[in-house]
Amino acid sequence: MKIGILLKEGPYNHQASDTAFKFAEAAIKKGHTVDAVFLYNDGVTNVTKLMDPPQDDRNIAARWSELSQKHGVEILACIAASKRRGISDDVLVEGSAITGLGTLTDIAIRNDRLVTFGD
Amino acid sequence: MLHTINKSPFETTTFETCIRFLVPGDPVLFIEDGVYAVQSGNKFSPTIERVLKTNPVFALRPDLDARGIGDIADGVESVDYEGFVGLVEEHQVNSWF
Amino acid sequence: MENENVKKIMHVLRHAPHGTIYTYEGLEMILIMAAYEQDLSVVFIGDGVYALKKGQDTSGIGIKGFSKTFMALDGYDVEKLYVDRVSLEERGLTEDDLVVDVEVLDAEETGRLMKEQDVIIHH
Repeated sequence: MKIGILLKEGPYNHQASDTAFKFAEAAIKKGHTVDAVFLYNDGVTNVTKLMDPPQDDRNIAARWSELSQKHGVEILACIAASKRRGISDDVLVEGSAITGLGTLTDIAIRNDRLVTFGD
Repeated sequence: MLHTINKSPFETTTFETCIRFLVPGDPVLFIEDGVYAVQSGNKFSPTIERVLKTNPVFALRPDLDARGIGDIADGVESVDYEGFVGLVEEHQVNSWF
Repeated sequence: MENENVKKIMHVLRHAPHGTIYTYEGLEMILIMAAYEQDLSVVFIGDGVYALKKGQDTSGIGIKGFSKTFMALDGYDVEKLYVDRVSLEERGLTEDDLVVDVEVLDAEETGRLMKEQDVIIHH
């Protein structure tokens, strides 16, 4: 099954990003394709490489980057939401990109499921 | 249609709102702070009991564990993340925040 | 686009406007999706109904108002606007208080509509 994920909250403030990540991992483990994670609202701040949490905490941006590179999951931040929040190509972790809401529509159309995580 | 709820019922009306729209047979999965709804013997236990008459109810085990909730309402089934994915395999998803 | 590729996508607006950005960015998403000729619907539940309230003047709070943008949805062929009856009534509002024509639905009808959807996005 092909699954798209929509993540609407930023890292740390809410559990949404953690649940989305755990869900994606479990879906991949079960043999599904996680096609893309689309970041909207404050969700766009999930992929800034300026993120530098304490060493004993998870690095949420690095984790998305790794998921993308290991499993070919596209990590896509909405351009309009990114511009509002100061997220640009310069600060993106590897494996992530900025794109338009049209791409989210494509993701919704081409996947069997679109699962939203937010708060 | 799988309905997920991630808010404590003590904090927001998400749970009460969601169940107004449930179609009998549709599963409900509590995740994140939503899992407080299924702790046995709380204010929402009668509501959970009522929902269980028409709809299967699940709670995400790692979220229960993280919150120290060991005792959950009879009839509520706990699942792990793979169980969550299993429910998504069978249903489209309606995520209530 | 072939008919079999048309997906039923429902947007559920549940937040009041201005206090958070969810409704405004939700509306932006709806406007873009409208260009893709999918079967779109928008449902207002809970405080989401306040987004449609007439007489909003945001000039004093320094945030751009957008209630009038809902009137433009019709021009984008987004015609399925539903409001939850209970949400409207418990806020002491009627259809006359809203900036656009909507269909007021009972929860049971909305629940059935939800069940038909391929994708549901809450904002």
